Amino acid sequence: MALAIDVHDLVKRYGRRTVVDHVSLAIEQGRICGFLGPNGSGKTTTLRLICGLLTPDEGGGTCLGHDLVRDRDAIKRQAGYMTQRFGLYEDLTIRENLEFVGRVYRLDHLKNRVDRSLERLGLATRQKQLAGALSGGWKQRLALAACVLHEPKLLLLDEPTAGVDPKARRAFWDEIHSYAAEGITVLVSTHYMDEAERCHEIAYIAYGELMARGTAAEIIEQSGLAAFIARGPGADRLAPKLRDAEGVTAAAAFGTALHVCGPDREALVRTIEPFRHEDSLKWEEAEPTLEDVFIHLMGRARDNALDG
Amino acid sequence: MWQRLLAIIVKEIQQLRRDRLTFAMMFGVPIMQLLLFGYAIDTDPHNLPTAVISADDTTVTRTIVSALSSTGYMKFTERPRSEAEANALLQQGKVQFVVTIPSDFTRRLVRGERAQVLIDADATDPLAAANPLAAAQPAIEQALRRDLIGPLADRNPKAGGVELVLQRRYNPEGKARLNIVPGLLAVILTMTMVMMTALAVTRERERGTMENLLAMPVRPLEVMIGKILPYIAIGSVQVAVILLISRVLFDVVTEGSVALLCLGTALFITVNLAIGFTISTVTQNQLQAMQASVFILLPSILLSGFMFPFRGMPNWAQWIGEGLPATHFMRLVRGLMLKGAAFGDISGQLLALTAILLVVSALAVSRYKVTLD
Repeated sequence: MALAIDVHDLVKRYGRRTVVDHVSLAIEQGRICGFLGPNGSGKTTTLRLICGLLTPDEGGGTCLGHDLVRDRDAIKRQAGYMTQRFGLYEDLTIRENLEFVGRVYRLDHLKNRVDRSLERLGLATRQKQLAGALSGGWKQRLALAACVLHEPKLLLLDEPTAGVDPKARRAFWDEIHSYAAEGITVLVSTHYMDEAERCHEIAYIAYGELMARGTAAEIIEQSGLAAFIARGPGADRLAPKLRDAEGVTAAAAFGTALHVCGPDREALVRTIEPFRHEDSLKWEEAEPTLEDVFIHLMGRARDNALDG
Repeated sequence: MWQRLLAIIVKEIQQLRRDRLTFAMMFGVPIMQLLLFGYAIDTDPHNLPTAVISADDTTVTRTIVSALSSTGYMKFTERPRSEAEANALLQQGKVQFVVTIPSDFTRRLVRGERAQVLIDADATDPLAAANPLAAAQPAIEQALRRDLIGPLADRNPKAGGVELVLQRRYNPEGKARLNIVPGLLAVILTMTMVMMTALAVTRERERGTMENLLAMPVRPLEVMIGKILPYIAIGSVQVAVILLISRVLFDVVTEGSVALLCLGTALFITVNLAIGFTISTVTQNQLQAMQASVFILLPSILLSGFMFPFRGMPNWAQWIGEGLPATHFMRLVRGLMLKGAAFGDISGQLLALTAILLVVSALAVSRYKVTLD
């Protein structure tokens, strides 16, 4: 299978701060890759490096077979990049925005394409509304429509669903999957675990470093974490007590239940031992979640960063 | 209430402190302007370049020339051979005055006939011409009183021996508006064109649409020209409106070629838009772009010869003025509208505008980035 993105050892520095630190990424064509990581971990910068908005200080590679630095224009023509902040013109109508994008890409049959795009979006009746008047969810779907108007082979989406309600998010992801089914490769950054699970594969980046790669199941399995759930009255109140205890990576309350996890099963068992005999609580071993893994990775990345 | 008020005040100050450029401009610009304009502006200009045609070289005529020179207003820089040559100098704005002394001047004076000295003034700017002309007559009188002694004592000008003939060219009635209206064209265009483009680009940055634009396959030159062209059209309409109103309400009629005026105006508009574009590449937000535009606008009003006579400024201020497109455009428009200048008379200004355009455009293109680095 051909690689849509094949970059290696990308480095980007701002002054003395290294924002992206030797990140390598290979994504097969037609796959949806979730790009996860804490805020400020270099996700946006990596996306910008890949789509040619930034020049890497070190490293390089190809995107859709074009060199990252030399063939910037070719990449721009064949990739669609959706910015984190709404990047279209709020003082243009929905239709005018799409027409503008279409003209920049010098598309033929512009009217037809825009019509079809509006139809697919379900915005045909509102095409004369100003883009600024749309709600958050609709704005994001319009931005996505603008991104795919020129039929790109690669979509780079930077937190496309931040602040969007669950229904609109679901609709958005359905669209992403339908584009992937057409053979478009998607690299999408997100903070939502349910979205991460909808990706074919996940790349986790923290402090500019790529920490984990694989499907959601693989990442959970590789982490070697153990987890327990306690249910019963007052279980959730234990969270603050256990959070900083030895062997515990995370302890969080979910409603009235408590979820704890740690890298070493035995250490974790020892720590929760004193609480296991309370009659009102029912303990059982559980699968660690993706979120557990990411919090764990984040802690490890911070240790690395401090060591370095 | 006071606490809430304080909360807002503290927040405003904190925000203002973060915007270094705005902060610097708020204090730096007024101080700089005070010094610049305080020293540069002189409403009573001296040492104005003057041409003299003296066909009669005698003690008396030399006395007259040196008397005019000693008023401090006139500085004799040219000695044209013919009247035609002198007229050309006046037309091109190389001299402000032409003093002509006829060949039979001394003879007529001695004979007791009426002897005339002619001063032709470029009166497009009435302010610059008024004081020198007013000072000429008494200066000549005083000087001749010393020379004309003995039998010639009764030939002194007081007694009507020497007549000073003043001719205010291009603006015989000394109307300020004839000078102001063409100048306004330069000021209004500078004001709107620079500001509009500067804001048009910074707006993209402020609203976050720039990143999206850069991610698409557009070239810097395309963005620049595409942003500028619509404003050229707007500027042209502005010019048409100003010229029409000037004609109908102020009776300012274009003497020279309208085609040349259009050419010069198009060039000037383009220069201003390029300046605006350059501003937008160095400023971060619309407020900064606005302030930077004012920074260009003020000298264009004060140092270009619009409000105060250009030749009244010290040399260093004139050098700054020469670097401003408004200065050259103003000369060009005044030349065309009031003096009926031909291509040869204004080619220097066209050349200067082109040179400024090239420099500014090069700067703009080099500053505009295709990436976000």
